[in-house]
Amino acid sequence: MKTRPAFSGAKRRQPQGIDDKIIGSLAYILSILVLVLTLYPLLYVVSASFSDPASVTRGDLVLLPILPTLDGYATILEYKPIWIGYRNTIFYTFAGTLINLACTLPCAYALSRKDMKGRSALMFLFTFTMFFNGGMIPTYLMMKRLAILNTVWAMLIPGAVSVYNLIIARTYFASSIPHEISEAAMIDGCSNTRLFATIILPLSMPMVAVIMLYYAVTHWNSYFNALIYLANDQLYPLQLYLRNILLEDMMLDLISGDSEAMEAMIRRLQLKESMQYGIVVISSLPVLVLYPFIQKYFAKGVMIGAIKG
Amino acid sequence: MHACFGGSAAANSRWRSLAKNWELYLFVLPAVAYIILYCYLPMYGVQIAFKDYRVGKGIEGSAWVGLKHFQKFLSTPSCLQLIRNTLNLSLYWLAVGFPMPILFALVVNELADGRFKKFIQTISYAPHFISTVVMVSMITMFLDASNGIVNKLIGYLGIGPYPFMTVAAWFPTIYVVSGVWQNLGWSAIIYFAALSGIDPELHEAAMIDGAGRLKRIWHINLPGILPTVTILLILSVGNIMSVGFEKVYLMQNALNTETSEIISTFVYKMGLQYNQYSYSSAIGLFNSAINFVLLVTVNFVTRRIGGTSLF
Repeated sequence: MKTRPAFSGAKRRQPQGIDDKIIGSLAYILSILVLVLTLYPLLYVVSASFSDPASVTRGDLVLLPILPTLDGYATILEYKPIWIGYRNTIFYTFAGTLINLACTLPCAYALSRKDMKGRSALMFLFTFTMFFNGGMIPTYLMMKRLAILNTVWAMLIPGAVSVYNLIIARTYFASSIPHEISEAAMIDGCSNTRLFATIILPLSMPMVAVIMLYYAVTHWNSYFNALIYLANDQLYPLQLYLRNILLEDMMLDLISGDSEAMEAMIRRLQLKESMQYGIVVISSLPVLVLYPFIQKYFAKGVMIGAIKG
Repeated sequence: MHACFGGSAAANSRWRSLAKNWELYLFVLPAVAYIILYCYLPMYGVQIAFKDYRVGKGIEGSAWVGLKHFQKFLSTPSCLQLIRNTLNLSLYWLAVGFPMPILFALVVNELADGRFKKFIQTISYAPHFISTVVMVSMITMFLDASNGIVNKLIGYLGIGPYPFMTVAAWFPTIYVVSGVWQNLGWSAIIYFAALSGIDPELHEAAMIDGAGRLKRIWHINLPGILPTVTILLILSVGNIMSVGFEKVYLMQNALNTETSEIISTFVYKMGLQYNQYSYSSAIGLFNSAINFVLLVTVNFVTRRIGGTSLF
């Protein structure tokens, strides 16, 4: 042990071999390449949203906005459906995340307690659903039978508990909160509810933040549940409106179109062209603005989950 | 006390623990209720795959028809094509989408610790949070035949323009490449974690023995993340038949269904657009059964050869 510092100090400061230098520079070149390829599409969309639509369509845009204008955003501002979707999505995200947390956190805490009888059977009940489920249609029929089809509940109940997040929370409670705290509180006559609400939860805020953000982003981005469970467009979330505006398959109209349908389609196309980049920016804005502040929590969440495999 | 709560000391302590912790059972109640309603009741409903489901008769009242729907699916001409498309897409993804994050993690790990390394990690996670709808919209805008940026760029090289989105042969590549773009950094996080868990003394000892960087990546870093790789590989193979519905469905158009129609999109169309509930449940069940068999098989094989397994 004693000889080591001198030895390794001398050795490690020796210049790297030529191969090592090549590997090192290659790592930087590849990283920069990934960086450019990741950022370029994002910057392009933002630039395009501030540019004159005709120039973007002609392909003049390379990176910086051309003939900067806010016309695209002005059109979006007047386009009602987007804002109905926005309002609905904000509601689904808040209410849905609240339900998620209320179901997930207490359950995860209970399952993390070694003195709870039957916890491994319960845990199996949850993990089994990660590998097997009823499938799209039986689930749909069950939703129908519960009469929550085409109501806001169809957006809030499915996915109320993500087993993945449940495992993250349980692992955190089990490994990061010293067991002695609970024991001491219990000896002093503290009830489980008070213990959880006043001691355990405040100590677990970093994990709660991670899970809350996971759930919130899922709600914000989801369109699948709305697609299969909702028929009333007043209840549609933003993502479904986006899909209808941005991704409608217009091929069929083209083939079958009489002149009136053609004209309506051309109007829709023009509207789409002027709004599309702005819509992408506006709909991703909440996540993009929050992202720099919360990304370290996101990464942490994956790590907590990784402990358990 | 003993008289009240019955005979043995074990039963007594069990009862006391239940009594002391009754609140914990209330804690799990909402989640358990949810999982029963949303996951287990539908599993019970899977029986309609073996029945002729009629809305008026309900799940229990409909008549049993055995394997009729399975046979019907296996004998339709599109069956083979659906399975082929599904497998093609997921094997393509497994071959390209699975190793890329590993390579990316190994490359970033070679950067000197500091601002740049943090920055590139942060930026690389960002696309993961773009919604599927926005992602597919971006793909269609960028690849548009007449005014997409990709066609403008390859136009400078004298190639194209090329109608990527409406050519069936391009669909798998577009699906996989855009998937790599969106998930490269995010999927690499777990490997970053595994790499940072490798004992630095291993590297020091190897350096003293004269091992260069490439040698150390090969003999230290790679074996260090191998258990993580194995677990994720088992999970991926177990999901090989369940290619996500959301993105494929949005990327479909009338001209690319030859390669883009996969089992999950077919189940959706049969079930919810044509209301053939029993038939589409049967296809879905067929699909999960294959997945389950694959998962168990791969798990068994890796446990035999490498010692790492999921269960």
